[in-house]
Amino acid sequence: MRTRAETESRSIAIQASVTQTIWLDLSVAALVLTAASGVPGLALGRRSNAAQGLASLLVIAGALLGELAAIAVLGGAAIETRTLPGPLSELSLHLRLDPLAAFFLVPVYLLSVAGTLYGTRYWKQTEHPENGRALRLWYGVLVAALAAVVLAADGFAFLMAWEVMALAAFFLVTIEDDRAEVRQAGWVYLVATHAGTLALFALFALLWAVNGSLEFRPMASGAGTQGATSALFLLALVGFGFKAGIVPLHFWLPAAHANAPSHVSALMSGLLLKMGIYGLLRFFTLLPAPPPGVGMLMIAIGTFSAMYGVVFALGQHDLKRLLAYHSIENIGIIVMGMGLALVGVSAQQPAWVALGLAGCLLHVWNHSFFKGLLFLAAGSVIHGAGTREIDRLGGLGKPMSRTAALFAIGAVAICGLPPLNGFVSELLIYVGLFRAGADGASRQWSAAPLAAPLLAMVGALAVACFVKAYGTVFLGPHRSEGAARAHEVPRSMLVAMILLALPCVTIGVFPVLAMPALDRVVHAWVGAESQPPLLGHLIPWTPIMGMNAALVAGVLAVSLILGRRFRRRVPVQTGTWDCGYVQPTAAMSYSASSFAQLLVDLYGWLLRPRAGHAIRTELFPSRQHFHTRVPEQVTEFVLAPLWVSFRRALAPFRALQHGRVQLYLMYVLLTLCILVVLSFPIDEAFVRFLGWWGNGGVHGVE
Amino acid sequence: MAWNETLPDMVTPILHISVLLLAPPLLMGVINKTKAWAAGRRGPPLLQLYYDLFRLFRKDTVLSRTTTWVFRAGPVVGVTAVLLAGLLAPFGAFDAPLSFDGDLVLFAYLMGLARFFTAAAALDTGSAFEGMGAAREVSFASLAEVALFVAFVVLVRLSGSLSLTPMLHAPMTGAFHGLPAAALLLVGVALFVVLLAENARIPVDDPNTHLELTMIHEVMVLDHSGPLFGLVLYGASVKLLLFSSLLLHFALPFSFGAPLLDWALFGVGLLAVAIAVGVVESVMARLRLRHVPSLLIAASVLCAFGFFFTLA
Repeated sequence: MRTRAETESRSIAIQASVTQTIWLDLSVAALVLTAASGVPGLALGRRSNAAQGLASLLVIAGALLGELAAIAVLGGAAIETRTLPGPLSELSLHLRLDPLAAFFLVPVYLLSVAGTLYGTRYWKQTEHPENGRALRLWYGVLVAALAAVVLAADGFAFLMAWEVMALAAFFLVTIEDDRAEVRQAGWVYLVATHAGTLALFALFALLWAVNGSLEFRPMASGAGTQGATSALFLLALVGFGFKAGIVPLHFWLPAAHANAPSHVSALMSGLLLKMGIYGLLRFFTLLPAPPPGVGMLMIAIGTFSAMYGVVFALGQHDLKRLLAYHSIENIGIIVMGMGLALVGVSAQQPAWVALGLAGCLLHVWNHSFFKGLLFLAAGSVIHGAGTREIDRLGGLGKPMSRTAALFAIGAVAICGLPPLNGFVSELLIYVGLFRAGADGASRQWSAAPLAAPLLAMVGALAVACFVKAYGTVFLGPHRSEGAARAHEVPRSMLVAMILLALPCVTIGVFPVLAMPALDRVVHAWVGAESQPPLLGHLIPWTPIMGMNAALVAGVLAVSLILGRRFRRRVPVQTGTWDCGYVQPTAAMSYSASSFAQLLVDLYGWLLRPRAGHAIRTELFPSRQHFHTRVPEQVTEFVLAPLWVSFRRALAPFRALQHGRVQLYLMYVLLTLCILVVLSFPIDEAFVRFLGWWGNGGVHGVE
Repeated sequence: MAWNETLPDMVTPILHISVLLLAPPLLMGVINKTKAWAAGRRGPPLLQLYYDLFRLFRKDTVLSRTTTWVFRAGPVVGVTAVLLAGLLAPFGAFDAPLSFDGDLVLFAYLMGLARFFTAAAALDTGSAFEGMGAAREVSFASLAEVALFVAFVVLVRLSGSLSLTPMLHAPMTGAFHGLPAAALLLVGVALFVVLLAENARIPVDDPNTHLELTMIHEVMVLDHSGPLFGLVLYGASVKLLLFSSLLLHFALPFSFGAPLLDWALFGVGLLAVAIAVGVVESVMARLRLRHVPSLLIAASVLCAFGFFFTLA
C-alpha cells in the first residue's frame, strides 16, 4: 500500500516540475544560510573572533541571494509558489514570492547586511564573550524568520514564522539580561507580542472558518457576512497593530528598541515593525473589499500615531528612546498612506489608491533605511562617547565628523526634507491627500485632506526634534567627560552606515528609480482587473529631480565661492559671543530639554511631563538635582494600574503555581480528563438515555 | 512696444527671476521707512539693505571655535532653498517658472530645509541665546505650518488643482461668490498672520529689539558675520517677498490682461504689503512669547473655517 506521504511527495514533485521556482528557491537558500549563520560560532570558543567573521559572511551570502531574487521579482519575474509537506496532511506549507513579498524582502536583506557588518566591531566577540555567540545565533534566526514571514502563503506557515521572529527578537532584546531595565523591556515586549499573536490566531481561525482553507487566497466576494468581515478587520488591526506599534498598542516599543544592542534596534525598528504593516497589506488582499469607513479610520489612526510619536519624541532625553518614538511617528505616516489607499478602493478612485499605497510602501523602505542609519549612528555615539543621554553629549561633530555627517543625512531624511528619500514618500501621500480634496465629488471623503496639515505639523515637529537631537549631540560644547574623549568609530561600522545612507540619497535625488518597483507592487495589490495609473503620470518627477539637482548644485556653488573667499581672507577664530560673560561653561549652553521645553509645555496636556523640583531654602544651598521625565502614558497610566488590580483579583490562583512538576503533570492529566468528558456527546447520550428510559418505561408499564 | 503687447515666452521667467533676486532687500527698506515715518523719524534710506549687503560681502568673517561645517551650511542652504522655492511661487498674474502637481509641498518643505539648517547652525555655536532662538523658531514654525497647509487644502478644493500657479490664480478668475469668497478672505487673513510669524515680524518677533532674551530670528544668527551674515539677511528678505507674493493673490486678485500693467500692479502690491507690515509694527506691541501659539492656532482655525465653507 502506498502511503499518503508518498503520494504527496509525488504531487509536489510534479508541481515543481511544472512551475519554475528559481527565485523562490534562491530565497529559501538565503533563508537557510542566514538562519544557520550563528550556528558554527557555537562550536568555536568564546574568546575567538573567527566565528563572527564566518557568521557575517553567511549572512552576507544569504542576503545577496535573497536580494537578487527579490529584485528579480520586482523587476518583472513571474510570481512563484511552492508547497512543502507540513506536519499534517491538511497543513502543508505554502511559500510564495510575489511583488509584495519581494518589496519587503529588499530592506530585510539590506539592513541585515548593514547590521551584521556593524556588529562585528560594535559587539566584538572578545569584548562580549558571555553573549556574543547567542546574539549572532538569534540575529541569523531573526533575519531568516523575517524573510519567512513575507514568503509564507498560508496561515500556518505565517504563524510559525511570526512566532519564531517574535521569540528571536525577544532573545535579542534581552541579550544583556544582567541589566534590570533590559529584562523589564524584554518582558513587556514578550507580553505585547503574544497578545498580538493571540489576535492573529483568532484571525486565521476565522479566516479558515470563512474560507475553508488556511491558504492565502482572496475570499469569494459572497463569503462571510458583514459582521465576519468587521471581526476579521478588527483582529487584524489589533494583531498586526501590536507588531507595527500603532498607538495605543505601541507601549512595548520605546523600551525594547532603546535597550537592545544598536544594530538589533536598527533591525527591530527598520524591519520588525514593518512586518505588522506587511501583515495588514497582505490581509487586505484577502478581503473582497475593505469594510466601508475603514480607510478613514486608518487615516485617523495613522495621523494620531504620527502626532503622538513625534510629540513624545520631543520629550525624550535618551537618544535611542527618541529614535524609537520616531518609529511610532513614521509607522503613523505609513498607516496614513495605507488608509488613503483603502479610501481610494472604497471611493473607486484608482489614483488615490496608487498614491496612498505607493506612499505607504516607499515609506516602509525609506524608514528602514534612515531609521536603520540613525540607530547605527546612535550606536556609534554610544561606542564613541559611552552614553546615550542626549544632555551629557555635545560637540561630537568634531571628533566623530563622519558619524556626524551620516547622522545628519538620516536626520534630514527622516524629517521628510528634500532632496532626500523621506520627502519622496511623504510627497506621494500629500499629493494623494490633496487629490482626495480636489477630485472628491462625494462629501463622504472630504475630511481626508485635513490629514495633510496634520502631516505638515508632524513634519515640522520632526524638524524640531532632530534639530534638538543633532544639535545637542553633535554640535556645541562637550557636556561631559565622555563626550570630550569621544573617538570616531572603526571603518566597518562606518561602511555599514554608508550602506544605509546610499539608498536615502539615491531615492531622494532620483525618485524615478523607485517608481517601477512601486508600480509593480501597486498593480499586484489592487488585483488584475483594475488598472491603477502609473506613478510617473501622477507626479511629474522630472521637475522635482531638476529642483534636487539645482538644490545640490546651488549649495555646492555658494559653498565653493565662500570657500575661495575664506581661503583668501581666512576667518578669525574666536569664542562664541557670550553677551559679556567672562567664563562661559558647557553647563551654560542650551540643553536638549531646554530646547524642547516650549513644545513640551504646549503639548503638556498629552505628555504630562514629570519634573523633580530643586527646592532652595537656605541662603547657601547645597548641590541640587533637577530632572524631568516624560513617562510612557499607556504603560504608566493604563497598563500598570490594570495589571495591579488583575494581580490582586487573581491572587488566590497563585496557590496553583508552586513549582512542583509532578503536580503540574497532574494538572495536565486533569485537563485532559475534563476535555474528554466535555467532548463526549452529552446531548446525544442524553437523548439516547431518554429513549432507553422511555422504552424501558413502556416495558415497565407492560 | 505697445503697452498691452504680450511679452515673448522667455521674458516672464527672466523677469520673475530678476524680481526674485533683486527686489527683496527693497521690501525691508519700505518696512523700515514706514515705521520711521509713523514714528516721526526720517529713517534709513530705502536702499539701506542693499548697502548693508554690499558692505557685509566685503567684510571679513569671525568664526567661533566651537563651530563646525554646519554653522557655515546654515546660511548657504537657507539662501539656496528659499531662492529655489521662489521658482515655484507665481508672481501676480504671471505663472511661476516651474509649476507641477505637488509643487506646493516642495515649496513648504524647501522652507523647512532652510529652517533645519538655520536652527542647527544656531546650536552649532553652543550659545544659550542662539539655542533659545532656534527652539522658538522651530516651535512656532510647527504651528505656522498647519495654517499654511490648511490654506493649501482650501485652495486645492476651490481650484481643483495641485500646483501653486493655477491654485493661486483661481481667485483671479472672479468665479467665487458667497461662501467660497468668504473662505478666500479667511485664508488671506490667516496667511498674513503666517507671513508675520514666518518672517519674524511684530507681533511674533521684534526685529529691532535689543534684548537677546526676547528675540527669535535675530538671536539665532548672533554669531554670523561678514558674507555669512549677508546671506542670512538676504535670505530673510527673499522669504518675505515670497510670502508677500502668496498673500497678494488674495489681497489683489486682479489682472489687467496686459503684462506691463500686471507687473506694475504686482510691484505696487508688494510695496503695499511691506507698508502694511510696517504699519502693523508701528501700531502693535510684540506679543508675549507664550501667547504666540494662540495667534498661530487662531490662524489655522480661520483657515479651517474656510475649509468648511468650501464644503457647502
